[in-house]
Parts: sequence; C-alpha cells; structure tokens
Amino acid sequence: MTSTTATPASATATAAASTSADAIISVRDLTVAFGSRRVLDGLNLNVARGEILGFVGASGAGKSVLMRTIIGLVPKVSGTIEVFGTDLDGGDKARRDVERRWGILFQHGALFSSLSVRQNIQFPVREYLKVSERLLDEITMAKLTMVGLKPEVADRYPSELSGGMIKRVALARALALDPEIVFLDEPTSGLDPIGAGDFDELVRTLQRTLGLTVFMVTHDLDSLHTACDRIAVLGNGKIIAQGTMADMLASQHPWLREYFHGKRARAVIG
Amino acid sequence: MSGPTLEQIAKGDGLALCAAGSWTARFAPALEKLVGEAEKLTGSRPNIFIDVSQVSKLDTFGAWLIERLRRALTNGGHEAQIAGLSANYATLVDEVRRVKPAVAPPAAGSHLTAVLDGIGRNIYGIGETLVALVDMIGAVIAAWFRVWRHPSKFRLTSVVHHLQQVCWNAVPIVVLITFLIGCIVAQQGLFHFRRFGADVFVVDMLGVLVLRELGVLLVAIMVAGRSGSAYTAELGSMKMREEIDALRTMGFDAIEVLILPRMVALVLALPILAFLGAMAALYGGGLVAWLYGGVDPSSFLSRLREAISINHFIVGMVKAPVMAMVIGIVACVEGLAVQGSAESLGQHTTSSVVKGIFFVIVMDGVFAIFFATIGI
Ligand SMILES: Nc1ncnc2c1ncn2[C@@H]1O[C@H](COP(=O)(O)OP(=O)(O)OP(=O)(O)O)[C@@H](O)[C@H]1O
Ligand SMILES: [Mg+2]
Repeated sequence: MTSTTATPASATATAAASTSADAIISVRDLTVAFGSRRVLDGLNLNVARGEILGFVGASGAGKSVLMRTIIGLVPKVSGTIEVFGTDLDGGDKARRDVERRWGILFQHGALFSSLSVRQNIQFPVREYLKVSERLLDEITMAKLTMVGLKPEVADRYPSELSGGMIKRVALARALALDPEIVFLDEPTSGLDPIGAGDFDELVRTLQRTLGLTVFMVTHDLDSLHTACDRIAVLGNGKIIAQGTMADMLASQHPWLREYFHGKRARAVIG
Repeated sequence: MSGPTLEQIAKGDGLALCAAGSWTARFAPALEKLVGEAEKLTGSRPNIFIDVSQVSKLDTFGAWLIERLRRALTNGGHEAQIAGLSANYATLVDEVRRVKPAVAPPAAGSHLTAVLDGIGRNIYGIGETLVALVDMIGAVIAAWFRVWRHPSKFRLTSVVHHLQQVCWNAVPIVVLITFLIGCIVAQQGLFHFRRFGADVFVVDMLGVLVLRELGVLLVAIMVAGRSGSAYTAELGSMKMREEIDALRTMGFDAIEVLILPRMVALVLALPILAFLGAMAALYGGGLVAWLYGGVDPSSFLSRLREAISINHFIVGMVKAPVMAMVIGIVACVEGLAVQGSAESLGQHTTSSVVKGIFFVIVMDGVFAIFFATIGI
C-alpha cells in the first residue's frame, strides 16, 4: 500500500495486494461510461477502515463520478462495489442498511432549498431515529458548533448562506447521524484558509474519536498534507498511484511531479 | 453491540453514575430516556461522578447526552464531573462542551394573529402584484422600442425557438381539445334545440360562440397552463441559479434577452393557435351536426355563411394577442419573483397559471363590454 507506481498495470497489482479484511470500501474492475465515453475504465480501489483517503486527479478526471458511482447515483457498466462487506447490487434492503451508515457531502452542497439549516440537519435524524424535539435541536447545535457555525445560522435558508457556510452546513448534515464513512467532494474549496485548516482539524478529530473513515476528493494540497493518511491519484480512468504523501513526492510520474512539485505545491509543502 | 446502560452506585458521600455499553446514535431514543431519568436526580449527595470508562462506543449523540447530564446536574447544585474518559473520547467531549444551549426555532404566533397576518399580507400582495405587472409592461415596452431602434438587437433565433415550443408543439393538443369541445357544444345544442324544431340554429350558435368566445378563450387558458407555467419555471430556475444575475453583469438586459423573445413568440402563437382551434371546433361541431343531427355539410356551410359575419371572426382574433400579452407578462413577473428555494419555484409556477387564467377571463369580460358598447 505504501509503494507508489506510475504504470496502470502495476497500480492494479498494488491495489489488489492491499485487498484485506479491513477494507471498508472495495471497488473491483469498475467501468463507468456516459454514452460511448468511458470515464472510469477498470478501476480498483480499497479504502481501509478508519483511514482518511485523499483522492486527487485532474479536473474532469472522474473523481466525482467515482464517488457518485460508489454511492449508487451513477449506473456502472461493469465491476463490483462493496461497502461494509455488502455488495451494493444485493437488493434494496442491503442498500438501505448501508445508506444509514454513510454521510455524503456533495460538491455543490445539495442542501434542500425549501428547508432551513436546522431542518436540513434534522432531516436524516428524524427519518431514522425516534428522539425528542429537544434532543434534535441540541444535536443540531452540536453539529453546527462542530463545523464552526454560529447557532444563529440555524434558522436561515440555504439561499441566504455564503458558499463556505453552505459547505459547512452540508458537512453538518452529512455528519448528522454519526456515520461510519463520510464521502466529501471538495470540502475545503470555497473556505477561507483558516476555515479550511479548522476543517482538516475537524476531520482528523472525528476520525480519531469516532473511528470515521473518510473518502475525500480534494484539490487542496494543505488538506492532503495535513489531513490525509493516504492519497490515491486518478488518471485515464484508473488509479495511477496510491500511497502516502512521501510516496507521492517521490514519484516520477509526470503528472504527479507536476501536481506535487508545481509552484503552488512548493509554496505549501516546501 | 450491546445497548447502553446507566447505573447509580453510592460511593461515600458521593454518587457514581456508571455508563456502559454503546452510547451511539443508533440507541439515541434509549439514551435519551436514561439521561432524562438521571437528570432528575435530586439526591442530597453533593458529588456526582459520571463514569464513562465502561462505554464501549461513543459518538456525538452519546457525548452530547453525557455533557447534557453533566450540565443538568451542575445546574441542580451538584458537583458533577466526568471521569474515566479515554484520550480519544476526551476530545469528543471537549468538542461538545463548546456547544451552547439550543436555540429553539422561532415560534409561530397564535392562531388568530397568524390568520390576520395572512389576510393582511395577501391584501398587500395584491397591490404589489399590480405594481409588478405594470412595471413589467413598462419594461417590455421600453425594451421593444430599444430593439425597434436597433433591430440588430432582436433575437430572432430565440423567438423561433420559443415559437416552436409554444406554437408548433402545442398544435396537436390544442386542435384535439377544441375539436372535442366543438363536438360537445354541437351535440348539446342539437339535443336541446331539437325540442323546438330549431335544429338548424345549432349552426348559428356554434359559429358565433366558437369564433367570438370559445376558440380564443379556451386556447388562451390552455396556453396559460402549458406555456405560462413553462416560462415561469424556466425564468425561476434561472433566477435561482444566479443565471439572470450573470446575464446582467455581462451587460445584457434580462428583459431584452429572456423576456422579449418569449413575449413576441407568445403574441404570435396565440392568434395562430386560436385560429386553428376555432377551425377545429367548427369542424368537430359540423361533424356532430351531420352524423348526429342529420344536418348535411352543404347546408351546414350555407347556414354558417348566413349566421356569421367577418366581425365575429375579427372580434375573436383581436383578443388573442392581448391575452397572449397578459399571459406572458404574468408568467415573466412570477418567474422573476422566484426566491432561492424549490418550494418558491412551485408556488410561483402555480400562481402564474392561476393569475394568468384569471386575467384572461377578466380581459375577456372587458372586451365583451367594449364590443357591446361599440355595437359589434
Ligand atoms: N451526467 C453526466 N453525463 C455525461 N458526462 C458526465 C456526467 N457527469 C460527469 N460527466 C463527465 O465525466 C467526466 C468526469 O467528471 P467528474 O465530475 O467526475 O470530474 P471531477 O474529476 O470531479 O472534476 P472536478 O475536479 O472538476 O470536480 C467529465 O468529463 C464530465 O464531463
Ligand atoms: Mg468533481
């Protein structure tokens, strides 16, 4: 899992080698196409329980598509996806049990526009837990505090929030049920650097305390550096490299060199 | 995974509350009950330890409830402490310690005030609607003159596109419905007129009714439901996604780019549809008169020629563009009034159709009075 590889063939081998019982998400030979255009082409990926996986790749490489395919929003052409050891093609019942245990932060927030912030956060909780209004309100406040928002925000509507606030509320909603996995699609884009730093810190804390597994698509080199245990790189519809930050820095793959040794990267990583 | 428990154990002059099991969201209802009971502790013991060393799993729900218990006991005059936290869980408890007491959602006013409030707002809303309509009429006319002076600004492609949507694509359904209405009117007429032996007057009734009123009114109502709602939904969702703001900042005038082409398309479409509708209704009526009433086509036509004059046709056709403008203006005003939420989009689309139809009928009444006064 720690070796970095530049060629797709050996990357597949690495991914296969890291297949283990503790993989909480495992994706095998996944192919996704829109019309005749293949976005993902025989992709293999394992995410271990309790790790923070940073997922990078060029814009339009298919990161969001992979995330959406794992959570079942985009139909796949072939391949299997297992989450918590459950094959997600195994019927509605299995799916619903899994869905209760993950939380998703969409790239554009996807808050319910006709519900207030409070109602957005309470929505999944109401659906799955029979608890009092008082506890619902308290949990809402707890989640808002955790994501760094003031309690006054609770009764605003999504159209009255700033871009960064939308991200935070969406994270609070993703965390509402204390899920075991969270999928984050560019969580720190649109946050100020201090906010983004707090966000990384928060993800770290949650991972340590709740044993959260995090699948994080990001372009934020700071996040990759400080928050992620492992980094996977998507290119040409496959995982072209995976490993720690040190592995990424040592890699000779041209795109990786550009990404991790470019001007902006040097400013961050030095 | 074992369910959560909370045991009370007396310890000298203190009390230990021993939490055990899984304190997680999945057990939230049970947890809430446990904590609710423990909060009511009014024992005389000053020192209370909340011992969480036996907790197998803790998440924010559990951590918050423990913190809530601690706060309640402290407020009750006890010396409450949380003990036995592992390092990991301590961070989590610290995290929830920062949580301020919950702010309740704003309470709805009493029933009576809510009703009065609603009535007041609605009346005020009528005024606002009228102002918005007049405002939009002015803006459209101004845009029209601007385009008139600089014809190159006219968006022909857009007009053609909308014309296809509101006119060409609407032809089948409009023709079908007006045909059926023509059939029904003729059948009812025959059925009742036959008693007086006045079968043939069905043709008069059909001709006048369809050309003057029914053709244009029915078609206008259909267009309000079909295209008015589409206009509102299109403009509304563009408004929601800041597309209209984007247009503005690029120096485009939203009225010129979005609304004028739609209005022009509608003003062209409605007379065409009304004409086709009237023809379909006459055809349907003629068919019924022939098959059901035994009025053969040639006598139907000659009777029709005597019964109606070109004035009837003109009266119908003159109304069509005016109604199109009314529908278009209402639809665009409602579309631009959409706020950020999906619910608001739904409300404005509904009210676009309702107001559109209402104003169409009001206009029809105004026209009826006008034509009666000038004697056509
Ligand atoms: N619903 C869709 N229909 C057709 N093509 C799509 C669809 N969704 C995504 N694509 C295409 O799939 C490719 C991958 O898109 P994706 O959104 O996954 O990119 P990304 O890696 O998340 O990029 P970014 O970093 O900019 O978010 C793009 O070329 C995009 O055009
Ligand atoms: Mg994306």
